[in-house]
Amino acid sequence: MTATDNLRLLKDIDEPGLHTLEVYERRGGYSAMRRALTELEPDDVIALITDSDVRGRGGAGFAMGKKAGFIPKGDMDKYLVCNADESEPGAFKDRVLIQKNPHRLIEGCIIASQAIAANKAFIYIRGEYVHQSDILEAAVAEAYAKGYLGTDILGVGFDLDLVVHRGAGAYICGEETGLLDSLEGKRGNPRLKPPFPANAGLFQGPTLLNNVETLCNVPLVIEMGVEAYRELGSEQSKGTKVVSVSGNVRRPGNYEVPLGTTVREIIYGLAGGPPEGREIKCYFPGGSSAPVLTGDEALDLTYDFETMAQAGSMLGSGSIIVVDDSQPLVPLALRLAEFYRHESCGKCVPCREGTNWTVKMLERIDSGEATPMDFELLAQVQTNILGNCLCVLGDSMAMPIGSMLEKFRAEFERHAAEARARNDAALVEKSAPELAAAPSIGPM
Amino acid sequence: MAERNGHANGSVRAKHPLVADRLVGLDHQIASGKPSVAAGWDLPADLDKDPAVIPQLADVRVPPELLAEIEYRMSLYPDPRSAVLPALKIAQVHHGYLSTLAMLQVAAVMKVTPAYLSSIASFYDMLHEESEGRHYVYVCTSVSCHLTNAKRVYEAIVEAADKLGLGDTDIREFECLGACDMQPMASVDGRYVGPLAPSDAPELVLALREGRVPLPGRGLDDADHMPAGAGDPPPQEDAP
Repeated sequence: MTATDNLRLLKDIDEPGLHTLEVYERRGGYSAMRRALTELEPDDVIALITDSDVRGRGGAGFAMGKKAGFIPKGDMDKYLVCNADESEPGAFKDRVLIQKNPHRLIEGCIIASQAIAANKAFIYIRGEYVHQSDILEAAVAEAYAKGYLGTDILGVGFDLDLVVHRGAGAYICGEETGLLDSLEGKRGNPRLKPPFPANAGLFQGPTLLNNVETLCNVPLVIEMGVEAYRELGSEQSKGTKVVSVSGNVRRPGNYEVPLGTTVREIIYGLAGGPPEGREIKCYFPGGSSAPVLTGDEALDLTYDFETMAQAGSMLGSGSIIVVDDSQPLVPLALRLAEFYRHESCGKCVPCREGTNWTVKMLERIDSGEATPMDFELLAQVQTNILGNCLCVLGDSMAMPIGSMLEKFRAEFERHAAEARARNDAALVEKSAPELAAAPSIGPM
Repeated sequence: MAERNGHANGSVRAKHPLVADRLVGLDHQIASGKPSVAAGWDLPADLDKDPAVIPQLADVRVPPELLAEIEYRMSLYPDPRSAVLPALKIAQVHHGYLSTLAMLQVAAVMKVTPAYLSSIASFYDMLHEESEGRHYVYVCTSVSCHLTNAKRVYEAIVEAADKLGLGDTDIREFECLGACDMQPMASVDGRYVGPLAPSDAPELVLALREGRVPLPGRGLDDADHMPAGAGDPPPQEDAP
């Protein structure tokens, strides 16, 4: 089996004009939507998704069928929201899916909306994706013109309005309840859960919230059928995953692999491995929020939800960031912590203060002003953030920083000691002329 | 003290001056017309004053195209207030930044107080209540780009902009822009370019100053740009 046989979402992704309705339909697009709307009952669609074990591709890996099953039945305003606020450092898979094949996402939104009986759907796309939003909006306009969106779609009496909502640069709006608040025209502060969005989400109505890649998988399931979909993947993680590989690798990019492929195959086989003469020091398996994995055995792990969790990390959004042995870890940890400090919404104290103080302590370590106590304190702050906030933004910093400190404690201490020695030497050099000029103090 | 007041050389103190330094700098900031605190911050609050009110559309002259666009966005949502972000963005494009007048106009159309809009605008990175320039260059210096020397690309661009006198442009470090396959990269008015090397900076700045498209052929949406999943190796430079 060659690598291209495994491609589903990225199959022929570079075909010119795939982002237009004409080319997408010529390739069999919107047939899954036709089938779902005309032949299948909404419950059948949810059953299909549940049986094929489509798991959320946005980070948590929650079963999509189960999530859709939580949406209450009945005659109320329900909503479908697609989370395209991909802002995690290292993640860029949704960007490619939207830019190259927006109709696949729209088709997924239509099928999912019909399955939960939602008449309003929103795609919340991050504000930085200007070009991608333009493409998506053009595709939505095409779908409206063709009658795939709007009133009485395909004559089955199903109405759906799809709105592309552009964010304005806030990582926290990728958190599901933060996203809902932002979509309601408020600051993107996460909400207290429960109630979960499935019960009281957007405008307090039942809301199904899914990631771009998850919704792109929905038409696939209907096109391929449960059996064929489950064929690829590992024991518990079914299907393929678009993996974004970046950092110190020769060929950074998006690669689609069946879940359960080894990490070595992804980093060395597909992404070309680290630059000439370098070794891998550690890697983030699931974007910058995932605890780092290190050592040779970590490369032989299979890339799926369970194995990554067992190894003490997570698959997250499926973004591998490779760090090679030329990279000092303290500046990296500092850059990481600065990101979370900047993006913390400030609602919960452990996150707001924890990210701030983590940056300050890392700056002290970096500049050689750290005391031995700082290392303990730094580790302690990370444990005190974990699980103590409304959302996981603080945890997303505490996990990687905590794991880096735990696994590379010696390097952190060495970095601080070296910086201190440099400072001392500079001070001695600076004050040498003064000392020489000072009148010598005689014996007492 | 010399170290404490050291210029922006990436030193800890330069980025986060001590409180005393900040206060000393305050007079200078106010004199320069760009204070970091609101005017009147040290005066007691006037408790007799009326609370902020929602400006009436009849009292505020809103350009018709702005009015039409905001009203259209408001019609798309079950609750018109959802259109706050799009409306602020439209006003920002119209006025260059979210000036007091821009806020007043949006507030009048959307029937919210300007203070509410200000609370939103200050939350999001891409909304500006102060004039930052009509163009922007966001240089990603987040994790993956950090690993490929993005900091030096940023410094080179700032240096080139200073040297060549590029005005009306907001050049800043930005968090992950979601294009790590072209690391290190930058977003120039929404157009992603990369991979960048520090040596690209003068050409990029020059193109911006002359109103050309910078680095043709190296934008993400350019026809001949690398396809997904088959990126070229990033330019390797000596580690600092």
